[in-house]
Formats: sequence, C-alpha cells, structure tokens
Amino acid sequence: MDPFVSHLGLVVPLDRANVDTDQIIPKQFLKRIEKTGFGEFLFYDWRYLEPGVLDPSFILNEDRYKGASILVSGTNFGSGSSREHAPWALLDYGFRVLIAPSFADIFRNNCFQNGILPIAIEKSNVDYLLGMASSTKSMGYELEVNLENNILKDEFDFTVSFEIDSFRKESLIKGQDEIARTLLSQEKISKFENNRTSRW
Amino acid sequence: MKKTLFEKIWEPHVIEEIADGLALIYIDLHLVHEVTSPQAFEGLRLNSRKVRRPELTVATIDHNVPTSDRTNIKDPIAKKQIEALRANCKQFGVPLYDIDNLNQGIVHVIGPELGLTQPGMTIVCGDSHTSTHGAFGALAFGIGTSEVEHVLATQTLVQKKPKTMSINVNGELPSGVTSKDLILHIISKIGVAGGTGHAIEFTGETFENMSMEARMTVCNMTIEGGGRAGMIAPDEKTFEYVAEKKFAPKGSNFDRFVEIWKELKTDKDAKFDSVIDLECSDMEPHISWGTNPGQVIEVNSSVPDPSSFDSPEEIDNAQNALEYMGLTAGQKISDVKIDRVFIGSCTNGRLEDLRSAAKIVEGKKINKDVRAMVVPGSGLVKILAEKEGLDKIFADSGFEWRDAGCSMCLGMNPDILSPQERCASTSNRNFEGRQGKGGRTHLVSPEMAAAAAIEGHFVDVRSWF
Repeated sequence: MDPFVSHLGLVVPLDRANVDTDQIIPKQFLKRIEKTGFGEFLFYDWRYLEPGVLDPSFILNEDRYKGASILVSGTNFGSGSSREHAPWALLDYGFRVLIAPSFADIFRNNCFQNGILPIAIEKSNVDYLLGMASSTKSMGYELEVNLENNILKDEFDFTVSFEIDSFRKESLIKGQDEIARTLLSQEKISKFENNRTSRW
Repeated sequence: MKKTLFEKIWEPHVIEEIADGLALIYIDLHLVHEVTSPQAFEGLRLNSRKVRRPELTVATIDHNVPTSDRTNIKDPIAKKQIEALRANCKQFGVPLYDIDNLNQGIVHVIGPELGLTQPGMTIVCGDSHTSTHGAFGALAFGIGTSEVEHVLATQTLVQKKPKTMSINVNGELPSGVTSKDLILHIISKIGVAGGTGHAIEFTGETFENMSMEARMTVCNMTIEGGGRAGMIAPDEKTFEYVAEKKFAPKGSNFDRFVEIWKELKTDKDAKFDSVIDLECSDMEPHISWGTNPGQVIEVNSSVPDPSSFDSPEEIDNAQNALEYMGLTAGQKISDVKIDRVFIGSCTNGRLEDLRSAAKIVEGKKINKDVRAMVVPGSGLVKILAEKEGLDKIFADSGFEWRDAGCSMCLGMNPDILSPQERCASTSNRNFEGRQGKGGRTHLVSPEMAAAAAIEGHFVDVRSWF
C-alpha cells in the first residue's frame, strides 16, 4: 500500500446521495481474481452508453475533470455490498481522497485498507466543495489534504479540519500492512485462544 | 455495570484495545465464498502466510453458480473464480461445500443450517449480509477482502467498537404481513444510513414471537439501514433451532452451552446510544418503489411525489429513482404491472419462505405475461421443499424450480433482468442495475411476490388469507 501523507489534486463533484457499491462497480466485474484493472469499469452503468462508448453527460467524462484524484459526493457514500472491488476501482481510476458528509461502514474500512482517505465533513462544507468544483468560474479547482495535520484546504479561504482515528491515520501515513502489525500481537492471540478453549 | 447483548459479546472477544475505540477482536467463525476471497488467498501466498485456524473457516460457492445445469459453467471468468476457490481451499486446508454437495448454498443460509452459527459468536464473511447470523444472538458483520485476508492470517480483526441502538417493536403482525414487511418499514423509518456505525438489537414481543427464519430476514436487512450488525437475543427457539444441527455442541455439552447462551441478553436498565420504538399491529405489506431499500411504501399507497420529501438529497434521490423505475408520482403501486418474479436469496430463500409462497400459488396459474422463478437458499432447503411437494406446487403454477445460489438477487450468474424489465423480488437490494442493467426491482415478501406472480401486478396479499 502506498503511504499517504499529503495530497494535492483536482476535484470532481458527484452530487448524489447514497451512491452504492453496485454503482461504483457493477457485479459483472467482480469475477476477476486480481486486485488491479478495475478502473475502466468504475461507475460503469453511468459512465458508458454502451461498451466502449463514454456517456458525455456523465460528470467524470467531462474534459475539465480528466485526471481528478479527489471525489466529492453525497451522504452515505459506498452503501450496500461489501465488495472491495469498489475501492479498488476508485484507486485504479486515480482517486486517493473521497469527501462526503458520511460513508457506509464497510466501504470506509475497505478504503483504509487500500490507501484511500475517506473524509467525512459537515454537509455545508461538502456543499461548498460541490459548488466550487462544479462552477465554471473555478475550472481546475483543487484541494490540498494534509493528513498529518488533519487539514483540508483550497487556495481560497476554505480550511477545515477532519477527524480520523489515530490508528487509521498512522497506517495510512506509513502505508503499513495491517496483518503484519497484528502478527506482532501473535502471543496475545495465542494466549487468548488458550484461555478461551479452557473456558468454553 | 448493566450491559447490552452487544457488549456481552464484544467485550470477551477483545484481545487488545488499540486507540480511539478500535480494538483487536477475535473471530469465532469465518465464512468464505468465491467472489470476495481470491485476492485474500493470493495475499497469503505472496507473503508466505498460512490460514491460522482453517477449522474455524468454512467456504462455499454461491454468488456465481448457475441455478440450472451446473455441470457446465459457460462463463469462463466465473468458472475461473470457482476453480480458484477450490484450489485455495485445498492448498490452505479450508473445508469447502462445493457445487455437488447437498449443503452447498448461500453462505448465510448454510451457516445456520449446519449449526455453525451459534449464539455469542463473532462471525464475519466477505459479504454485507453477514448480519443475518445476528438472529442467533451472535455479533456478525460483513467485511472486505483485505479484512478477509486479515482474518485468514490471524483469526482476528481490527474494528471500531460500534455504538448501540435498540429497535423495539411491539404488537402482533397482521396475517399476510411478514418480518420482511417489518424490516422494510424500519428501514424506511430510520433511512438507509440510519444505523451507520451502530450494532442494532431488535427487541420487543414482535421479534420474540417470530420464528428463527423470520428473525434471520430482519437481521439480514439490517445492513440496508446502514447497521454494522443486527442482533436478537437468543431464547428457547434459538436453542431448539441449533440443537441437533451438524456442528452444534452435542449432549451434555449442548446443555452446558445453553446455560451460557441464556446469559446473552441485554440487562434490564442497560443503556443504548439510541432507542426507537414502533408498533406493528396496523402494519400493511410493503413494496419498494425506488432504488434504495428505504424508498418503500405500503401496498395500498401511491408512488410518492419527490417534492414531499424533506431534504434536497432525498428529493433528488426520489426524482432519479422515479425516472429509473419508470414510475409516476401519484400512481397506485398496485396498478404497476410486473414481468418477472424472483423468490429466493439470503433474505427470503429458506424453507419457511418457500412454504409461505407455495401456499399462495397452490392451485393457481401465474399470469401469462410473467416469468417466475424459485431459487432455494441451499441444497438442503431444496431437498426438504421437494419432500413436502413444494417443487410440484410451484411447477404446476408455472414457476421455474432451480438449484441453490444467490442467483437473481445480484445477477452474477446467468439469472438477470433485461433492461426495463420489472421484477417483484424477495431479495434485499433494489439498487439501479442490481438485478441486471436497466432492470427494475421491487422488494417484497415471499407472499407478496407470489400473489404478484398470479395477478401480474402488485396486490394486497392480506385479502388472500
């Protein structure tokens, strides 16, 4: 997993609540046994009119958002299925930061496992970002994310701090393998197992 | 200190506290299927890691499998994924219920059926509907593939301790109104994110009076209300269900377990972070009209006007949903004609569900414009249903009788809707494209789906009782 310390990137607004993981990556693409190559199927039913033909009316396909790495969306982003193919597709497409008023639990955990930073901030702030990223007056709107200081800001006067569990933050910054970390507690796990066997 | 059921399970499973409410917890049972596991096993291989407790891990093949003619899987990518699971189970020593095994089936149907699911356990699976197992007073939740790998390697997970919510329901569900209708109603009340970050305990006489299968339907759909887990305290019905199952404790050992399990209930005066009270005696059958499981109405109602919703997000969601679903505000939902009926899934694919639906269709023919299918939740459900002659009742009325699997709930196998086809489905998600690109899903109970199959449109099934 690539470490995440700070990030500056182009913002794309997907102004819709309850974007579920079936939309992020439809089921027909879950049969692959690799973790890579899902980016071309991201938002498949919204992004393509037919196989290989992009729908020009879908926001990700607009020229001004080419190369975006920060996605701003509505409440309850990533609801539904636990498929980690959703964050794999977002990452493979180029997203490193997701911003929404709230995220679904399983999806949020899956993001952390893949070096994607999900940032939940107040809806009024999300609305501001959606507005800035959509407006024709602010083409090329970028945000800067500093994970060490928990700060999200733009080049105007927008600055908010966001919350993140210290464990998740440290894991992202180090890009650390969670399994390797847990395996450091192996003795505790064995002890737990032994106590349990005798108790049950 | 008074404790909730959740706390009574969570606390003894904590191996170490990490920080900010995160903890390393022990996992008692890990269920595995073909779609969310290949990359996890590959991760183990790349790091030369083993499965720590293969005997606490059980795999089956459910998402991809065809429900007719399984001897030749035509989709080469699906076939490869199934073969990958077989090879992985063999390499890592994980027991597998393969396609030809009578206990093959939807992972959330076979867990309870085999007695793997027991009260007080922590249970995970790379599938959001793992919440189903909470019906036994277990703490059960869905995880992603990286977490699957973590559990395989360590038999533990790093999790944030969820908040607690109690949904307390009293009253008797009227005849023709089921636990499916109740959970759809609950989701419409709390919203699709209402339970986010919470372990939800369903309390009150309505749940106490439900069968285990009905309780499973409720806990199954907890995730559709955003809940991290759904749970119901175990009682005599739970113990009776678990007793004699293949992997249940036996003899005096079972009695010893029951004594422990009896303690698994929320103490009087224990505090939940939030409490919701509902009454269900006047409840009607429910139907989803939109593209998330919170967009639900009663059978005698009309499709809502988007402007009737409070927030701009809800209004926007409703407008999108009406357009996608091909519905008009104000239209009576019972006037809506359907093309397909799907009875099955981890929500409503158990024996009791099939019995209820069979009772409705017995001696009647399905509407000539409807194609209907029954997909039992497991091989065992199929055999037991056939013993009772349910297959014949369904076949006589025009239903297709299939083999076990997830099937049209998510359409990863060949069972899918065509664009604009409208389906009365006993499954759990009505998301855009869920059952096939452009397909239109209406979530209902098995009874409502069966009645709709006969009439060709939605009807109030209560008048059939």
